[in-house]
Amino acid sequence: MAQNPETLIEVQHLTKSFVADTNFFGKPTSFVQAVDDVSFSIRKGEAFGLVGESGCGKSTIGKMLVGLLRPTSGKIIFEGKDLATLSPRERREHCRDIQLIFQDPYASLNPRMTVGQIVAEPIKTNKLLPAEKIDARVDELLERVGLSRAMKNRYPHEFSGGQRQRVGIARALAVNPKLIVCDEPVSALDVSIQAQVLNLLDDLKEQFGLTYLFIAHGLNVVKHISDRVGVMYLGKLMEIAPKRSLYHEPLCPYTQALLSAIPSPDPHLQRKRIILEGDVPSPIDPPAGCRFASRCFAKVGACDVAAPDLREVLPDHMCACHRYESVAPADVVKTSRDIQYDAARPSYGRGAKDVNADPVVAPGTKRGA
Amino acid sequence: MILVAELINDTAMLQEQEPAPSSVPPESPDAERSSAKPESLWKDMWYSLTQNKPAMVSLFFILLLVVIAIVTAVVPQVLPYDPYQQDLSQSFQAPSAAHWFGTDQQGRDIFSRVLVGTQISLTVGLLSMSISLVVGVALGAIAGYKGGVVDTVIMRVMDMMLAIPSILLAIAFMAALGQGIDKAIVAIGLVSIPEYARIVRSQILSVKQSDYVAAARVIGDTDAVIIFRHVLPNVLPSIIVRATLGISGAILDAAALGFLGLGVQPPAAEWGDMLGRGRNYIFQAPYAMIFPGLAITVTVLAFNLLGDGIRDALDPKARKR
Repeated sequence: MAQNPETLIEVQHLTKSFVADTNFFGKPTSFVQAVDDVSFSIRKGEAFGLVGESGCGKSTIGKMLVGLLRPTSGKIIFEGKDLATLSPRERREHCRDIQLIFQDPYASLNPRMTVGQIVAEPIKTNKLLPAEKIDARVDELLERVGLSRAMKNRYPHEFSGGQRQRVGIARALAVNPKLIVCDEPVSALDVSIQAQVLNLLDDLKEQFGLTYLFIAHGLNVVKHISDRVGVMYLGKLMEIAPKRSLYHEPLCPYTQALLSAIPSPDPHLQRKRIILEGDVPSPIDPPAGCRFASRCFAKVGACDVAAPDLREVLPDHMCACHRYESVAPADVVKTSRDIQYDAARPSYGRGAKDVNADPVVAPGTKRGA
Repeated sequence: MILVAELINDTAMLQEQEPAPSSVPPESPDAERSSAKPESLWKDMWYSLTQNKPAMVSLFFILLLVVIAIVTAVVPQVLPYDPYQQDLSQSFQAPSAAHWFGTDQQGRDIFSRVLVGTQISLTVGLLSMSISLVVGVALGAIAGYKGGVVDTVIMRVMDMMLAIPSILLAIAFMAALGQGIDKAIVAIGLVSIPEYARIVRSQILSVKQSDYVAAARVIGDTDAVIIFRHVLPNVLPSIIVRATLGISGAILDAAALGFLGLGVQPPAAEWGDMLGRGRNYIFQAPYAMIFPGLAITVTVLAFNLLGDGIRDALDPKARKR
């Protein structure tokens, strides 16, 4: 992953730990490893999805990118500068280029400011426009996100969740950012509104040439909007792949389990769910080997001993799993299907052997069985 | 997408049917609130407050008290009688055309004394509230922002003060400082510091953690902007409400100290002191304590109602528009 001109932001060995417990004198005795040695890069104009279950550290990564949290170690290289080492003042200069859309549209808008003031604030703070042009720009932004300009003198409590999220998007757009971190922007909305907001985000990406880091806790939301997807588990990145590759050929067993958990809208579709057993280990004392080893259905001896490195298993498809270490590139897909087949076998019996866990794109499945 | 636009337009239509505020010119009905400049927090608040009748009546009553206090201090000749002139032959006259509220044991006109008492009660209320407001808000804000050891030290001292009933603490302060109305103001101001500190600290703690403060940080706001634009406006309402209630509390405390004979020196007219002295003659001359008592009650009620009104006016959700 050399820094090439297409890369907008590159994260190298990013680590964040929080103090979990202190002794009597306030000296930290144990840490929560929220993010552990995570590296990835996002290309200009792409939407990079980041998925994983609650508490796996994906929001922490987002907060570090926008500067709300300081990394414990590691680099965030944005346009050639390492944001992690900048002083708070220099950091503020760069804030403008990286904006955040919050998860909770109810908490992220100041209840005592009108929507117009909320959207105008970033423009004023960063002195982007002369005062007389701000009004027109606010109108334009509100209309761009699908709100009427007549609404700008209303307060956030007069809006629905979806409308508030649109206000949050307008605020993020106000400073013409290059990268927008979407921190589960639709998980607080109901399903019909989710689709509207996702469509809006997709349209805006086209119109403004934006780059997204799209954080979500399920693969189905990410599937709609992302070009590449990273899967996280307990502070580690398990797999990074282009969307098609990840959904068709999931390599990491955890990704396979996640994909098999996506609910299907078709009740007749053959489902082979991979049911994981046990709970996520505590991030305070994470397992020594692979983070997923305690729940993995494809575990080998090495998994408990050493954490696998994230490496390019297929072209542009990175995975951290011991199972692929001595497998020739030509056999990788077959190996991954074998793993899935073995895991899904209890409920299996009718499909072909080479089905994958994605129920919607599964080839050759019989309907109405 | 079209469907959404329609939905939004529908809500816009619904909203337009609400009566528009009087500030909108009638010749542009479709312009309504949208084209008007965004009103400031204070203008909005004032408009909403004017819609609240009890609060407005209270406000006028308080303004009337202020006028009475100033006029009686500057030109005491306007009073029907000299409030300090004793005339034992006139002692305990019932209310009449000559003495509206009657006279006390020394034959002084109670109406004149109640009017003059406004000076002391308002001074005590406003000054001691200011002391506790300034010190309490500063301590609470520091504790809330800094956290850690500073927070612990400040709040434990506040807890110690809260552990003692405030009137006892005020009496203790008076014992240390000596008698006199100026000392009473300081004592009453000191004892209510912890309440302000606690309110401000808890509010700042919750606002500090909120997403919209994080959003302001992402936008690039400086700490000062975050404090003045995002934290304080959201903390202010509870402070203002507590302050108006604090005025009435301070007036009551001053009255209690006066009742106990600690507040003012004897000839001075103070409502609590008058109430305390009238108590001895409650059956012969009930008017000697009824009227000072009424003055306290109505004044306190006015400050409380005004405080409620301001709280509602500052809350966009409770605002009438």
